[in-house]
Amino acid sequence: MNSRPIRVLIAKPGLDGHDRGAKVIARALRDAGMEVIYTGLRQTPEQIVSAAIQEDVDVVAMSILSGAHNYLLPRVVELLKQEDADDMLVLGGGVIPDEDIPGLKEAGIKEIFTPGTPTTAVVDYINENVNRQ
Amino acid sequence: MFDNESLNQIKQSRNEWEETQLKKTLAKFPERKEEFTTVSGEVVNPLYTPEDIEWLDYNKDLGYPGEYPFTRGVQPTMYRGKLWTMRMYAGFATAEESNNRYKYLLEQGQTGLSVAFDLPTQIGYDSDHPLAEGEVGKVGVAIDSLEDMETLFEGIPLDKVSTSMTINAPASVLLAMYMAVAEKQGVTPDKLRGTIQNDILKEYIARGTYIFPVEPSMRLITNIFEYCSKYVPKWNTISISGYHIREAGCTAAQEVGFTLADGIAYVESAIKAGLDVDDFAPRLSFFFNAHNDLLEEVSKYRAARRLWARIMKERFGAKKPKSMMLKFHTQTGGSTLTAQQPDNNIVRVAIQTLAAVLGGTQSLHTNSRDEALALPTEDSVRIALRTQQIVGYESGVTDTVDPLAGSYYIEAKTKEIEDKAMEYINKIDELGGAPRAIDMGYIQQQIMDAAYKYQREVETGARIVVGMNKFQVEEESPKGLLKVDPAVGNLQKHKISDLKTRRNNELVKEKLEALRSACESDENVMPHILEAVKTYATLGEICGVMREVFGEYQQSVII
Repeated sequence: MNSRPIRVLIAKPGLDGHDRGAKVIARALRDAGMEVIYTGLRQTPEQIVSAAIQEDVDVVAMSILSGAHNYLLPRVVELLKQEDADDMLVLGGGVIPDEDIPGLKEAGIKEIFTPGTPTTAVVDYINENVNRQ
Repeated sequence: MFDNESLNQIKQSRNEWEETQLKKTLAKFPERKEEFTTVSGEVVNPLYTPEDIEWLDYNKDLGYPGEYPFTRGVQPTMYRGKLWTMRMYAGFATAEESNNRYKYLLEQGQTGLSVAFDLPTQIGYDSDHPLAEGEVGKVGVAIDSLEDMETLFEGIPLDKVSTSMTINAPASVLLAMYMAVAEKQGVTPDKLRGTIQNDILKEYIARGTYIFPVEPSMRLITNIFEYCSKYVPKWNTISISGYHIREAGCTAAQEVGFTLADGIAYVESAIKAGLDVDDFAPRLSFFFNAHNDLLEEVSKYRAARRLWARIMKERFGAKKPKSMMLKFHTQTGGSTLTAQQPDNNIVRVAIQTLAAVLGGTQSLHTNSRDEALALPTEDSVRIALRTQQIVGYESGVTDTVDPLAGSYYIEAKTKEIEDKAMEYINKIDELGGAPRAIDMGYIQQQIMDAAYKYQREVETGARIVVGMNKFQVEEESPKGLLKVDPAVGNLQKHKISDLKTRRNNELVKEKLEALRSACESDENVMPHILEAVKTYATLGEICGVMREVFGEYQQSVII
């Protein structure tokens, strides 16, 4: 039994500045007892991976609405692999067309949450799927 | 509006009605909910009567359209004279593709252009910048140099259309490019009509496409005010935007309060720079959101108009009526649209269109049904434009000015929003003004609290969103969404490297150095930006010089 709360990094990759969703999720995860770190806007994949490792998080959740998801999200997974940190649960959310989801999952993003998803669904998913030693 | 005797009679009859009629009905048929609230969370009474507007002094609080305090509209005849400008926000991929979309929209009866730029352009990066990777042409058109801008407006006479450009941090550069294109078409700057958004404060608050710190950003804005008041007199030099603040989750009253507080900061900054309020204030414009709560939204626009008129007259001593007029563009609420059952969004947009029109908007963008999924297709944009045309030409609400005036609820609500917004403005004044309140995270915190409260209401089912948390159906993935070709990034990169071999690089360097000196001094930067643009210096190069002199803004992270 692990008593340490689940640690989650909420990140905004790319140049998109709309972070209402990211912030709402951050609060909901916090209310659910998780420790949440929010990177703020305009993070490169390198910055996100370095923050994830430094903060020793269990989950990296990224929100993106600009359409740059197919480039940015897989890049984060790739860099986590390079750092031997691919045991982290990587999630994506935002305006992401259904047809892009299979490709993203194949690239190692475990789940994609699109608009209208209740925050409880994200909380439950993390609780059930987080990988912790 | 009512004398004491009538009010007493009404009070009496209302008491009777409540004691007899209402009680009897409630005993048998309880109401649907314990408390009814607007989307903003404000309590709505079961009934409004003259008692709720006993404070109302017709001449002082409403007056006539086209006259102070402009509650009933900024023009005497409003839509009887001319409908609002139907201005669809559009732009994606390359300048060529966006140019085609503009021509399509103009053919379909749109009356003004509205340019959406991609994120690298909005943040002052060329398409070949490492941070632009994956973002080029995605949420708007990629503009790297004057050449792209020439393509964007190819075949569109700039003395005939008005153009709104959603550009903030690098607004000075895009305005300069627009002027340069016009010059090539033989159109002098005094003929240009349009708007640059140019509202940096809301970028720090809600939208995130800032570049420079607050002080140099405010200086760029006042430089534009000053330059345009002399050379581009018909141009709206700023569109002070509540839209994005509302999208970030605030309430209707906060939308008015925070937006006007930003407006106050711009006016103060321009006055401090030595400008006369009546020289620049007539060219200030506003930008509001239209959400689903129809009557709250109508009241919001009326409240904003009256409050701004009072602020300009009483606080800043403006003399010209035009300085006191709040003119505004409206966009229907993107965040109210659902990815579930996207066709329902057509109905939401129609309600929001009515709100904007009954509230007296000067121009309107209607969102497309598929925007919670992707950029809109041509078909969905056409339906969104048709929605405006149906409200404009078929609904009849445009035939009389401010038709909801005098409604007990609308007038009570207008006053409530005005009062609440004023409370926020007072609070922000106490904190030292909008830039300081943003720095302290006060505004962001207020918005976040409201956004989270709304989200809880939706998740507990206290607030119903049709198709999303009630009346759901199993849905197939939507087909035919618009996709931007990922090749756009490479195409733009090639264009830049090709341009750099063709232009006079010595001249570019010279103009960029002149711009640097202007940035380092108190001189107005606009003429130097214009000169640099004309040598085909890129947006990234120009913003790069300003970044070096001014530095970059660091966001304070609030959750």
